[in-house]
Amino acid sequence: MTIELRLRLERPGFRLTVDTQIPARGVTAVFGRSGCGKTTLLRCVAGLEPSARGRLVVNGEIWQDETRFIPAHRRPLGYVFQEGQLFPHLSVEGNLRYGYRRIPADDRVVQPGDVARLLGLEALLHRRVTEISGGQRQRVAMGRALLTSPRVLLMDEPLAALDAISKAEILPYLERAHDELSIPVLYVSHAIDEVTRLADHMLLMEDGVIRAEGPLRELITRGDLPLAHTAGAAAVIEARVTGHDDRHHLTELEFEGGSLVISRANLERSDRVRVRIMARDVAINLTRPLDSSVLNCLQVRVLDVSDDPHPGHVLVRLAAGDAILLARITRRSLEHLALEPGADVYALVKSVAIT
Amino acid sequence: MLHEWISPQDLAALWLTLKLAAVTTVVLLILGTPLALWLARTQSRFKLAVESVVALPLVLPPTVIGFYILILLGSQGPIQALGGPSLAFTFTGLVIGSVIYSLPFVVQPLQNAFAGIGAGALEAAACLRAGPWDRFVTVVIPLARRGFLTAITLGFAHTVGEFGVVLMIGGNIPGETQVVSIAIYDHVEAVDYASAHVLSGLLLALSFLMLLTLYTINGRIRMVMP
Repeated sequence: MTIELRLRLERPGFRLTVDTQIPARGVTAVFGRSGCGKTTLLRCVAGLEPSARGRLVVNGEIWQDETRFIPAHRRPLGYVFQEGQLFPHLSVEGNLRYGYRRIPADDRVVQPGDVARLLGLEALLHRRVTEISGGQRQRVAMGRALLTSPRVLLMDEPLAALDAISKAEILPYLERAHDELSIPVLYVSHAIDEVTRLADHMLLMEDGVIRAEGPLRELITRGDLPLAHTAGAAAVIEARVTGHDDRHHLTELEFEGGSLVISRANLERSDRVRVRIMARDVAINLTRPLDSSVLNCLQVRVLDVSDDPHPGHVLVRLAAGDAILLARITRRSLEHLALEPGADVYALVKSVAIT
Repeated sequence: MLHEWISPQDLAALWLTLKLAAVTTVVLLILGTPLALWLARTQSRFKLAVESVVALPLVLPPTVIGFYILILLGSQGPIQALGGPSLAFTFTGLVIGSVIYSLPFVVQPLQNAFAGIGAGALEAAACLRAGPWDRFVTVVIPLARRGFLTAITLGFAHTVGEFGVVLMIGGNIPGETQVVSIAIYDHVEAVDYASAHVLSGLLLALSFLMLLTLYTINGRIRMVMP
């Protein structure tokens, strides 16, 4: 199941050229600065840019090629706009059912009751959309799109217009929707924390072209890409809960490269969890420290070392099993420890956060 | 009782006026809606020229409009030259004249309403499987309903108040082309102020009631749908 994108679009002062295939499962983030063309790419997929040329195939179904252009209203997709674009003349329920009513009964995989429960909209159904909060409006916009039982869900910075509190409120709903409905998502964003929290796959865009594409945890740790060199550079690890240390208020996790402890989290044994480890929170030791306050110590191998924007810093990529960690250390430490690719060392992780 | 106040001929003029205004409004909605949609969405270089033509009846003396329509419809006009009927001094001719005369009163409110809707709501509807006609009925019309109400009321009321154009192309045939405004003019010329009072009062009350209704309904819509 793939989405084949070969699209060209020209506007005065801007050119979009995309030629790639992405998996039609999980969440694919389309990431880049404002103006890099990520929203335009999403609009091309939706059929909202009639001047786009090229070929677009979703799960083997041709949506566009040299001779065909399926109009937006015939493409089985859901689109969540940045500003929601709810219909002000309809109630919350009217908005939710607008697309649902327009698809054949046999295609209605997603039901209004489920969406209302999943997105916490039961109490709002009879409200006017002008009376509800920004976060609630975006939840209605998501529910409305999901209720068309789309083959792919397109989300254009759905959280960008919200304040931090509304964002925090809506993210769990978003994750739940992804987990329970397993609809592939193309998620446009310029906020790396949203992306590391939600995405499995990533398209990195720059000036109308795709700079890099691949699994999220690879792309955010690649030394030749800008993401690993930002102040917030981090690695993402998928781990499993193995138990709790109730006396010390800790939760124990395991992943293919070792085990980690985090502050007691409200999770069940064998729950899957995604954690983020910032490059600046990782220190490197040549031997296993026995007298450190740092609990998380992983045996790792140095993959490579690259320059960081600050001349006094370097970025070290470390392999912990199949997982990759980033460590930002000083150039002096690099020389002092004489780190070379292939060296077996210990990574001391000062802080692990659930994304 | 009514006959003590108003003569059968004046009653016929009143009925004809209302019929003319109703037919004109319907024709204007049918023609003006696509025109207003085009004006609200187009980036064509002809947009300004078309907008100016639509607005012409606002500034031209009705006699000028009436004169040209008379030339168009009359016995030596292009319509007859192409084998069409002579439409001067007929009800159809009046409708054509009124449509042109009241065009801006329908097109401009609709155009403003359509322009205010924005592309986003329509794109959202398209992504929810609504085709073009479906989008027009379920998104454009409800969101532009204040514009439609204004267009209907102004188009109707303005046609009721028409004088110069009708006089030029309709003449003054009682029961066929004589509308209220012309009947009033005749009464005043004949120094029959009593009849002129009745008709003028009716027109004044009718116009006031129409506008009052419009503003009341639009005020309510504004309150629930900012």
